Amino acid sequence: MTSALSGEHMASRVKEKYPESIEESTSEYLVVKGDSLLNVARYLRDTDDLKLDFFNYVTAVDYYSYFEVVYQLTSTVHNHSIVLKTRCHDRDNPSVPSVVSLWQGADLQEREIFDLMGIRFEGHPNLKRLFLWEGFQGHPLRKDYLS
Amino acid sequence: MEVSSDREYIYTSTELDRHEGQVIEELKANSQETIADPDAWLDEEIKRNMLLTTADAVINWARRSSMWTAICFPACCAFEFIAAEGPRFDLSRFGMEILRASPRQADLMITAGTLTWKMAPNVRRIYNQMPEPKWVIAMGSCAISGGIFRSSYSVVPGYNKIIPVDVYVPGCPPRPEGLIYGIQMLQKKISKARAVPDLQQIMSKGTSE
Repeated sequence: MTSALSGEHMASRVKEKYPESIEESTSEYLVVKGDSLLNVARYLRDTDDLKLDFFNYVTAVDYYSYFEVVYQLTSTVHNHSIVLKTRCHDRDNPSVPSVVSLWQGADLQEREIFDLMGIRFEGHPNLKRLFLWEGFQGHPLRKDYLS
Repeated sequence: MEVSSDREYIYTSTELDRHEGQVIEELKANSQETIADPDAWLDEEIKRNMLLTTADAVINWARRSSMWTAICFPACCAFEFIAAEGPRFDLSRFGMEILRASPRQADLMITAGTLTWKMAPNVRRIYNQMPEPKWVIAMGSCAISGGIFRSSYSVVPGYNKIIPVDVYVPGCPPRPEGLIYGIQMLQKKISKARAVPDLQQIMSKGTSE
């Protein structure tokens, strides 16, 4: 059984290396600031006793005032996992750094989020619509989308 | 020679004999010519093997009795189609169990499933690749009107937005019996079609153009 890492515990560890990078942390998850997401993600992947090398999924949630992008990471070495989140408060032009350079599996999922939620993933190698067609107006999974 | 008898007869034995002789003589006299072999049996044989009908009826019979289905199964109705095609419901009773991977060999499209706008050009292309004559059965709610996804941003509200539909089979999904009934309706429809073009109509069209 995969054990869940405590978000608070991880926050204290991350803070040692990257202060000012944590926005919020609870026992379930860890919210990092967008501009330090890549650093934190690389730290979680490469640190010897963490080795979160498997990318379960990335998804996005619309909370009206901000978007939240949720990542779940698992270690195939230590058999533990963590939920990592980041928030973008700019609703008109939401943007998050892409983690495709760290985990290839994020490629299509980030494209899906871009397609349906309209969040840009900076640094993504092929950021274009996935399910809908070029020329579709709007992002239908947003709460304010009306067809 | 008179044969004595104590019973009374209308005719005597001699009279009967004479009558018999007369009949024989008469038949013999009339039977000197050889009667020609009757060839009515030949006509009968031809009648037994030949049906007179219209070209329309024959062509429509051929068309409706062996309809080949193009594969267009975007969603879950396909499973009901597979059940209808399988041994339990046995679509081959109606001469249409063959699924064609190539639309160029098909003349029936059973649209079993929800169609998204992204898929719509491909379905339309498959339809255009099918040779004439061709028919379409809209199977299930999604194919008829978009079903529960009708108001969705990505779903085509009914196949008849992109291709002409001959028969609608309602249900979500329709049971195989329903699909088979729809196919029978289509066969009835085909049997009423005018397969042979009206020459006069063609001629008048040719002159008017």
